[in-house]
Amino acid sequence: MLKNDPILSIQSLKRDFKMGDETVHALRGVSFDIHRGEFVTIMGTSGSGKSTMLNILGCMDKPTSGHYILDGEHTEKLSRDALARIRNQKIGFVFQSYNLLSRTTALENVELPLLYNSKVSAEERHRRAVKALEMVGLSERMNHLPNQMSGGQQQRVAIARALVNDPVIILADEATGNLDTRTSYEIMMIFQELHKQGKTIAFVTHEPDIATFSGRTVTLRDGLLKKDVINENVQDAKAALEALPPPETFDEEDA
Amino acid sequence: MSPISLIKVALKALFRNRMRTILSVLGIVIGVAAVITMVAMGEGSKQSIKNQMTSMGTNAIIIMPNQNRRGGVQMSADNSSEHLEEADVIALREQAQYINAVSPMISANGQAIVGNNNSPTQLSGISSDYLKIRNYEIEDGVMFDDDADRIAKVCVIGQTVVSNLFPDGNPIGKTIRYKSIPLKVIGTLKAKGSGDFGQDQDDVIFTPYQTVMKRFNATTEIRQIYANSIGEGYAEKATEEIMGILKERRSWTKPTDPFRIHTQEEMITMMTTTSDMLSLVLTAIAGISLLVGGIGIMNIMYVSVTERTKEIGLRMAIGARGRDILLQFLFESVAISLLGGLIGILLGIGASQAVKAILNWPMSVSITSVVVSFGVCFITGVFFGWYPARKASNLDPIEALRFE
Repeated sequence: MLKNDPILSIQSLKRDFKMGDETVHALRGVSFDIHRGEFVTIMGTSGSGKSTMLNILGCMDKPTSGHYILDGEHTEKLSRDALARIRNQKIGFVFQSYNLLSRTTALENVELPLLYNSKVSAEERHRRAVKALEMVGLSERMNHLPNQMSGGQQQRVAIARALVNDPVIILADEATGNLDTRTSYEIMMIFQELHKQGKTIAFVTHEPDIATFSGRTVTLRDGLLKKDVINENVQDAKAALEALPPPETFDEEDA
Repeated sequence: MSPISLIKVALKALFRNRMRTILSVLGIVIGVAAVITMVAMGEGSKQSIKNQMTSMGTNAIIIMPNQNRRGGVQMSADNSSEHLEEADVIALREQAQYINAVSPMISANGQAIVGNNNSPTQLSGISSDYLKIRNYEIEDGVMFDDDADRIAKVCVIGQTVVSNLFPDGNPIGKTIRYKSIPLKVIGTLKAKGSGDFGQDQDDVIFTPYQTVMKRFNATTEIRQIYANSIGEGYAEKATEEIMGILKERRSWTKPTDPFRIHTQEEMITMMTTTSDMLSLVLTAIAGISLLVGGIGIMNIMYVSVTERTKEIGLRMAIGARGRDILLQFLFESVAISLLGGLIGILLGIGASQAVKAILNWPMSVSITSVVVSFGVCFITGVFFGWYPARKASNLDPIEALRFE
């Protein structure tokens, strides 16, 4: 792994929104790099520009000015279809509200990104989806529907879906926002496990304790980069989970 | 996305909203079934007209004296200044190139009597060519010979007359009395059924025309001459030729024609035009219901797109291109319309058969109408599904994901 080769690089990124006659400057020139194998949390209060940042990093939005280079591609120059291809092959999304297709099994939900990649055959799609579900510990529940699963399990399906296309970066948007502390820690455990296996992760959150599980924290405020610190003392999610009081009044199924 | 996956996704979505799908399909089913049935009705009546016409002889041409006009008063045909006579028949037989059969037709009215049975049948004086012109065939016995039986007291009778006069058995060789004149039955005709205006074509007694002229009517005048053009499409040429020969015999110089000539082709054209108009109107009405069905699809697709905005956002976020989303929704609407088309075609054929069986209405389901209906369904699906699908494919993934 080449630490000096950034997998993701943004340079003086600006994003303006026109709201009637006013122009809102959501991002006012942000620059940072993310290297291969890093686990970065992007923090910020609401209105800090972190959602806008995530949308641009996820190739769902384009910057007004500045550069965004992902895995060697200058995304600001790409067409709508080319961006769709990048989202499909280089990015794995994990959302706050899971966004699984209802009345569709876990396995089919995980297969979904590969459906949009014509190079992947049906058998390979199935094989990779099964493997991704095994990685998040859901091999027993592959044929369950989302409404038959707890929030934590649904989010694990969503993580499997983000892994299945073997992306260069996993983007998580408040991925623990809808979950209780215990389940949040379980999810963070999975992210830390993926990080150990060499995945690059950018995790957007506003919860400071979640940030302690990552190796680096980028903080945004009012559309500018406020802090970019290396976390010397990375917490172990597994240990944190064990330190929690035993689940008496609630359990995982209540999430 | 591969076509197979697209079809799977579309069918799955339709299956999920079963009731809604069934109702949208129903709109198309009714439309298509109506089109198929209406076209079958139109085609059926057209064909039955054609069949009746054909049974009368497709290439038949009828020549009769013109109605005379004097000072704006239309006199009856009997008062016509020009008569047809036997020499005309002979001239036409010898000179005309575009006809292959010619026969006079002169009738007498009365009762045909055998013992206690009688039949109020018109007596038709003809030559043997008449059978060819009107598509009659001999079933039993022989047809009279134009020369040998020139004024013979013989006749050939149709099946209605056979059953009226000879309920017990074979009429050949028996004698019937017509206006007290005995006529020996030498042949019977094969049954033909009813002709175009409903008259019974089997209620006929044929006898040599000279027999009628000399023995019954005491006249040299021939009412009508029947001829047969050499084939379809020659009716007009034959008409011109006949008129030319008849005028030449009389050194005719007046601007008006002395005779009227009707062709079966004219009649067929006229009657099929009427029936074409009818089927056009019926089909247009049925087409409107198909249009309404299409609007139903469009409506349901708009609802579906709005309802699934979040799903569309997610699919886009994980890499679906606008095209993939467009095709996904287009496949759904096409699936609805084709399914409706398929059921509609079956229902339409069923309804046509039912109408045929119950109302005894002539129905003919044409392959063309089935193929065209199916094609129209496909186009309906694409056309009415296009705008909702376009709307879905143009959604902004960020906005769509935020949609609640």
